[in-house]
Amino acid sequence: MTARPEQLIAPPVARLIEEFAKLPGIGPKTASRLTFFLLRAEPKQAQALAQAILDVKEQVGYCRRCFNITVGELCPICLDPSRDQTKVCVVEEPLDVLAIERTGAYRGLYHVLHGHIAPLEGIYREDLKIDELLTRIRSEPIQEVILATNPNTEGEATAFLLLRDLAPLGVRVTRLARGLPTGGDLEWADPETLGSAFEGRREL
Amino acid sequence: MRERVYRNEAIILRRTDFAEADRLLLIATPAGKRWVIAKGTRKMKSRLAGHIELFTHVQMMLAVGRHLDIVTQSQIVDSFPVLRSDLTRLGCGFYVAELYDRLTAEAEENPPLFRLLVETFQSLNRSPTPELTLRSFELHLLQVLGYRPQLHYCVVCNELLTPDADRYSPSLGGVLCPNHRTADPHALPLSEATFRLLRYLQAQPVAAGETLRISSATRQQAADLLRASIRHLLERDLKSAEFLNHLLSSQ
Repeated sequence: MTARPEQLIAPPVARLIEEFAKLPGIGPKTASRLTFFLLRAEPKQAQALAQAILDVKEQVGYCRRCFNITVGELCPICLDPSRDQTKVCVVEEPLDVLAIERTGAYRGLYHVLHGHIAPLEGIYREDLKIDELLTRIRSEPIQEVILATNPNTEGEATAFLLLRDLAPLGVRVTRLARGLPTGGDLEWADPETLGSAFEGRREL
Repeated sequence: MRERVYRNEAIILRRTDFAEADRLLLIATPAGKRWVIAKGTRKMKSRLAGHIELFTHVQMMLAVGRHLDIVTQSQIVDSFPVLRSDLTRLGCGFYVAELYDRLTAEAEENPPLFRLLVETFQSLNRSPTPELTLRSFELHLLQVLGYRPQLHYCVVCNELLTPDADRYSPSLGGVLCPNHRTADPHALPLSEATFRLLRYLQAQPVAAGETLRISSATRQQAADLLRASIRHLLERDLKSAEFLNHLLSSQ
């Protein structure tokens, strides 16, 4: 009996292909390509990759205060005394923090919810860091909560849910404006975005 | 044989992120539900993104893809703005979407069911009592799918029911006459007001609930009875029902 083709591959190689194929967006072909690239690459490169993966899992955790990803107890933003301690911006994911930081327009604090309400996928209020946010607002000198959940139905639902919880706490609650993207064409704008752009128009 | 590009009327029921910037959409259409892919719609500058929001009624152009069909254009017919800006109504929307998803199979043509879905979202967007819209939807959905609750003849003896019937059996699929009220030990109590409400909603279009004024006890009983029927069919509880209960109780 002849061996099946996949049995001809050396077991360590097959194992690496299998591990790569578990990653999102990577199919068996890409997995083989990455594996054979590493096989031919300098040992240093493979070691750096392996070490980077281990470091991420071992050293990185969530900030105790805002649940952003960080090394250590608190994230650099929470540790920075020059940030405005009276404002907190609520986002869905750690990557949203980076996106807002890149604008340079905001100097306050953050709170990462780690998701949005999605009953059909089984994500409810208690799966998000909402109670942690309420605790922060009660114990810190926060005056304004900026809701920066995504401008789609799930993000809006999450914002409404937060508003319900925040209303009794007496803080100012704001929501990011919605409007037209730079470089876009009015003709292609959807009615909802164009409508909110009108509502949020400003004096020139 | 389908055209390579075709037009479809649809309601978007579920969305999940896919690959770098794509979204998978579960759409309900007159030709049944199916998953399609909307490429690049998580990018801010996507021209399509605003037209494929959850719970919108759209006209879509789709291109036949290898595995999934690809959304090439989408135009909003109705975005249900009131539903979108009210948490309880959104909760109702999630419930309707999940119920439809659980009770139907993919690519099963059913134009009346699609009309029902459109009317339900229209009513959720406009009714002062979205809860009653849900009861109407449940009754009509069960009817369209062939599980119509029997509210006119006893499910045991087939005798014409009178207002003194006071037991509803989810497992037998309808109301029991006074002679057979013990036929199902798990039958639930049914008040005369609930009995009348269910019969009325079953016979009328979905929008009929919008003008009714119903006591909260009757609304609750109708909800319990229909939920029991659905639980009997699905042999499980709906995830979104729990979320909706939370929203209704904290109102």
